Amino acid sequence: MNWQAFLLSMKLASSTSIILLIIALPLSYWVAFSKWRGTFLVEAIVALPLVLPPTVLGFYILILLGPRSPVGRWYESIVGHGLVFTFEGLVVASVLYSLPFAVQPITAAFSSVDRKLIEASWMLGVSNTATFFRVVVPQSWAGILTGLVLCFAHTLGEFGVVLMVGGNIPGVTRTLAIDIYDRVLELDYSSAATTSAVLLAMSFVILCTVYGLNRKVWFFAADRRH
Amino acid sequence: MLLTADIEKKFQAGAGVKASLRVPDNASITILFGPSGSGKTTVLRCISGLEKLTAGKVIFKEKDWTNLPPQRRPVGFLFQDYALFPHLRVRENIAYGTRGRTEIVDRVAAMLKVGDVLDRNPFELSGGQQQRVALARVLAREPELLLLDEPLSALDAATSDHVRAELAQLLRSLRIPAIVVTHDWVDALTLGDWMIVMAAGRILQTGPPQEVFMRPQHREVAAAVGVETVAAGRVLSRAGGVAMLQVGSAQLAAADPGSDNTDFYVCIRSEDVTLEKGRAQQSSARNHLRGTVVAVVPAGVLTRVIVDVGFELVALVTRQAVEDLQLAAGAEVFAVFKASAVHLIVKGI
Repeated sequence: MNWQAFLLSMKLASSTSIILLIIALPLSYWVAFSKWRGTFLVEAIVALPLVLPPTVLGFYILILLGPRSPVGRWYESIVGHGLVFTFEGLVVASVLYSLPFAVQPITAAFSSVDRKLIEASWMLGVSNTATFFRVVVPQSWAGILTGLVLCFAHTLGEFGVVLMVGGNIPGVTRTLAIDIYDRVLELDYSSAATTSAVLLAMSFVILCTVYGLNRKVWFFAADRRH
Repeated sequence: MLLTADIEKKFQAGAGVKASLRVPDNASITILFGPSGSGKTTVLRCISGLEKLTAGKVIFKEKDWTNLPPQRRPVGFLFQDYALFPHLRVRENIAYGTRGRTEIVDRVAAMLKVGDVLDRNPFELSGGQQQRVALARVLAREPELLLLDEPLSALDAATSDHVRAELAQLLRSLRIPAIVVTHDWVDALTLGDWMIVMAAGRILQTGPPQEVFMRPQHREVAAAVGVETVAAGRVLSRAGGVAMLQVGSAQLAAADPGSDNTDFYVCIRSEDVTLEKGRAQQSSARNHLRGTVVAVVPAGVLTRVIVDVGFELVALVTRQAVEDLQLAAGAEVFAVFKASAVHLIVKGI
């Protein structure tokens, strides 16, 4: 078991999930409640990573973040080094790659909040923003947690995008998934088997959490009681 | 004028709403009455700001509300299903719009007799309790105008009778003007000082509830306020304040409304019609129409009897009367009602 790769994967998955939470909350709110007819365009763009080969996505991200693009140059002028083949670059790529896994469940949760509750809050003089945090978010816990957990799991398992954007630098961009690939190439099957088993177990536990969460409102009612 | 609302609202699908309403300055209770789909809830939502007007204006106490967001209107809106926040306890629900003023929470909770359920979750309450909590939450914000959307429709019949009386008493004691949407004429008569009747997005009639109830000006209003017999009739003769009308193949006497019109809708309330086996001797009622029973339908404690007297006439009688008169389809009876029980609506309005 490569602990360096394990810790790196954990760090990448956590950073990605937290950043995605910050992005997905307002984006999902907008998708769920906007009356604009073009909302479907945004939804389609958000869902693209679900259907694109990771290499295609990785390729565009590589171009976007590279030293020839304005984004890459701007970043380099501020930080002093480029984004490609760095951990930060990986985070940016992961955020884009896992976007639908956060936005879709959270949007679904927001959409299913009883509209009357939101209107009741407005009629009690509470602003749209405060209503979001006092009514919409508390009513959507299951969806928000699902989004977070799925992002985490999905980032743990990504391979193609990481390889395209991050390369394979130990301690910087070599994640668990890449480590397995390396071990197999080196014919070190026993290490590959251990790491694979760890990833399998973790993914299973995470998915169990997600489905358990959505099956029941248990944690909903429970956290209101003593 | 407390409230001046000229409301025009168009929807992508279906007919829109176009209604002008005025609520006078005294703390009165206005009933917005009409069948489902008549646009009364839309009017309420436009006044509250939850719905934007397509055209028109809403003026409250000389302030223009037309473009004001709902948050900035001092309105207490009671939703049909109360819309209590399920993730908050009763106390937090009531305190929701108060910006931390706990003393008012205790005050309204005591007033609405929900002080003992403050630590419960909304879903643990009965329908009547939920309504009182929702009212407490609305009142805790000290609104200047109350809007109640079908306040009794979420309750079962037994509860709603009890809650209706309580609500009437509460609304009168609060001294806050209120607009109550309902499709139930018992609610309208119990709660209202003033009544606005809507159908198909338009206002048909306004007036005190008793007046609307007794003298509907449109056949839709008559049907909506529970007049079961509405039939077309034509005046044959007029004498001494009584008009004789031809209705179907029958003739009946009605109080003459005194206009030049000859075509009317004849409205007869079922509870004003009695049924007798033979022609009554001592009755002062003018109308004794011979007919055949078409159907006998139980209606709660009473029984609804449809009689063909030349037109279909509905009578509401006791179960005792059904037995005494041996009422069944095909039976011969006399339908008896006073000329003053016949209300005439001029046709063509």
